[in-house]
Amino acid sequence: MTHLEQLEAESIHIIREVAAEFENPVMLYSVGKDSAVMLHLARKAFYPARPPFPLMHVDTTWKFREMIEFRDRIVDEYGFDLLIHVNQEGVKQGIDPFVHGSALHTDVMKTEGLKQALDKYKFDAAFGGARRDEEKSRAKERIFSFRTASHRWDPKNQRPELWNIYNARVQPGESIRAFPLSNWTELDVWQYIHLENIPIVPLYLAKERPVVERDGMLILVDDDRLKLRPGEKVQTKSVRFRTLGCYPLTGAVESTAATLPEIIQEMLLTRTSERQGRLIDHDQSGSMEKKKQEGYF
Amino acid sequence: MAHQSELIAEDIQAYLKSQEQKGLLRFITCGSVDDGKSTLIGRLLWDSKMIFEDQLAALSADSKRVGTQGENIDYALLLDGLQAEREQGITIDVAYRYFSTDKRKFIVADTPGHEQYTRNMVTGASTAQVAVILVDARKGLMTQTRRHSYLVSLVGIRRVVLAVNKMDLVDYSADRFEAICKEYQLFASGLGFKEITAIPISALEGDNVLHSSERTPWYDGPALLEHLETVQVEDSAASRPFRLPVQWVNRPDLDFRGFCGTIVSGTIRPGDAIVVSSSGQTSRVARIVTMGGDLPQAVAGQAVTLTLTDEIDISRGDLLAAPEQRPAQSDQLEAHLAWLHEQPLAPGRSYLLKTAAGSAPAQVRQVKHKIDVNTLQQQSAETLELNEVGLCQIAVSKSIAFDPYGDNEATGSFILIDRLSNATVAAGMIDRALSGKPSEGQRRLPLDKADRAALKGQQPKIVWFSAPLEETISELPQRLESRLHSLGRHTCLLDGETLRATLGGTLGDEAHLQRVAEVALLMIEAGLIVLVVATAPSAWVEQLAEDRCLAGELLNIKRGKAAVIDGATVVLSDQTASQAEQVEWLVENLPF
Repeated sequence: MTHLEQLEAESIHIIREVAAEFENPVMLYSVGKDSAVMLHLARKAFYPARPPFPLMHVDTTWKFREMIEFRDRIVDEYGFDLLIHVNQEGVKQGIDPFVHGSALHTDVMKTEGLKQALDKYKFDAAFGGARRDEEKSRAKERIFSFRTASHRWDPKNQRPELWNIYNARVQPGESIRAFPLSNWTELDVWQYIHLENIPIVPLYLAKERPVVERDGMLILVDDDRLKLRPGEKVQTKSVRFRTLGCYPLTGAVESTAATLPEIIQEMLLTRTSERQGRLIDHDQSGSMEKKKQEGYF
Repeated sequence: MAHQSELIAEDIQAYLKSQEQKGLLRFITCGSVDDGKSTLIGRLLWDSKMIFEDQLAALSADSKRVGTQGENIDYALLLDGLQAEREQGITIDVAYRYFSTDKRKFIVADTPGHEQYTRNMVTGASTAQVAVILVDARKGLMTQTRRHSYLVSLVGIRRVVLAVNKMDLVDYSADRFEAICKEYQLFASGLGFKEITAIPISALEGDNVLHSSERTPWYDGPALLEHLETVQVEDSAASRPFRLPVQWVNRPDLDFRGFCGTIVSGTIRPGDAIVVSSSGQTSRVARIVTMGGDLPQAVAGQAVTLTLTDEIDISRGDLLAAPEQRPAQSDQLEAHLAWLHEQPLAPGRSYLLKTAAGSAPAQVRQVKHKIDVNTLQQQSAETLELNEVGLCQIAVSKSIAFDPYGDNEATGSFILIDRLSNATVAAGMIDRALSGKPSEGQRRLPLDKADRAALKGQQPKIVWFSAPLEETISELPQRLESRLHSLGRHTCLLDGETLRATLGGTLGDEAHLQRVAEVALLMIEAGLIVLVVATAPSAWVEQLAEDRCLAGELLNIKRGKAAVIDGATVVLSDQTASQAEQVEWLVENLPF
């Protein structure tokens, strides 16, 4: 078997284990490329049936518009149940990443929103598309990662994980985050998308787009909530996104790579890691570890 | 070398095509502190372009701040992921690293050399195909080297690389290298390795890591990465007997009934006969279903869905197998256990034994011996502590299908889960089935309350509410019982007033209390946690505890100004208004 076939089989195994061992699992769907792969694998795992769990999108109300269009199209096409959760308290408080910064926005709209949604539906397992190669604190995370009833992750008290036998036991209120793509790298994900022809949000491909340069990042002018600061002007540049999230927090890269092979080519020839485009990791050293302990995916 | 192919720039399509056939190798690195393991892995990642510019910038800043290499890059910081570890300068846990070259993708299980060595090494090695064991050329074989080698062999790794590191510090001496190799060959001869490849390297200087070094002209073997790219690991799994543990029964409608799982060994084609291990029923494979279309054949490693020609009863946990080469079947096992938890093994206690196929309650009857992982000597033992390895006799509550671990790792392995804390406490490797039921001599006679309680995974207890319960806390005993029940405890609630009618209503108060106490004592004999609601003088309850119970077995619940626990006397604060808070306080503070 090739490396992609082995990774695919391992992920399908994990997805089936979760479906079999938990009463109420959910697949977190972030609309990004990793989610696209995870969704594809879930369809494979249960074919010809549909996956026996719903999808859930924790919407911060600041996602790129093209992500939302793509999400609704995919869900419709494959006939998934989609739950959309927005932290209404955050909306009421008027949380705005432009005003309040990335840390507070992420905490309220993403981390709190996710916890609210998990509590509301009483999910005992939630799939996430995170990969261990993304960030240092993820390298030690388990495939079945235990969370306390208050959604906390305790990195020093993780269950050892041996062979492909997963400990799925939780008390009421506790839960597991399951990461079927743990062993994939960014390159694996792109190669697989290419090989399997998996649909992705067009924002990953380069196109002329209106952007503003701010704090060293290129921010897409996605709607009129982006207010220009003195001296800033909207430029049209050929850009693409290596990672997708909230548009005010996600920097574009200048690129002409308009096809999948060109993206992969560009990736192999560059030496900048994919999370650099995300503001949240740079807040402070060890910030991802801190967020994860608090319940961030 | 990694992704250096000119094809990337010139013809990406052709490059991608060439990458589709790439294989995968999982290996583990083992070394003691200061063997240069982090430097080695850091170099492999760096040279295969898996460290990107922004990571390097962060690393360089970190190196200056907390590094130990002066102005140079401290690769260890790249690998030590968690902030707590970085501050303490130790690697606590197994971390997984990824890099790839044009020939293979690699998954490295990076395990610390000192702390929790057995737990982490066994975990990391359980999914590895090759082990890279580092030795400092100046120090030669150390106790740790022997320990690492034994654990690697215990978990079934058959291919080992002995990386003799820091050759730069022994002047690239061929004699020194030869001496270490010879000593290792001698030591490892009993460990069942198929292949030992010794390579002289300098992780710091890069000698023989990616390319053969000119400074070791006397060495004509491959560089480490070359070896890892080419070492044959395409094992015999596909040619071994067919096994598929059923994970999930797929029933989208009445016309389709598929059995989903990963083939762990063997090959299967439509028309092939299979047997269901638990029932012995046989059938034939009708289709091998995947989303990409039906397959003419599937082999070990593939995750598939099988449909059968007959309607037979199969559920999750069943093992589908080749009828002419059936797995063993028994409820009495002999297995090596590696203990992974701070709380030691309790023989007789009921744990959950989980295999690839399913789970069942199981008890460790006896530790036959433990193995000193440093000297490989067998020692007698009653129990296993954290990081100890031993050969144990295990009784499972139902018969399970398995193969000896040496024949099939996927069907011969299990984990033990503590039924109270849900922690994974042990890794198990089955050696064989024990013939028949245990003899009378092995069985404990007569059973006592500790045996009965062990099966329930709890300590028997009487919780006596001896003070009258006023209106505001009248539901407390019921709520406490419900909470304990949700924690998986086996309980019973005795209400003194209700029992009056059945135990003899005409008796005086003291005689009645005596009868209630006898019932409660019988129940702890059965291993239960008994909650008694019966108003009684404290002195009488304390006398009962002293005369008839073990220390701490009877808890006398009273009311008072502040919440305190004094030995067997528990005072509930009458200041705490909420019954829910009282319950949580009791659960947190009492040894249930």
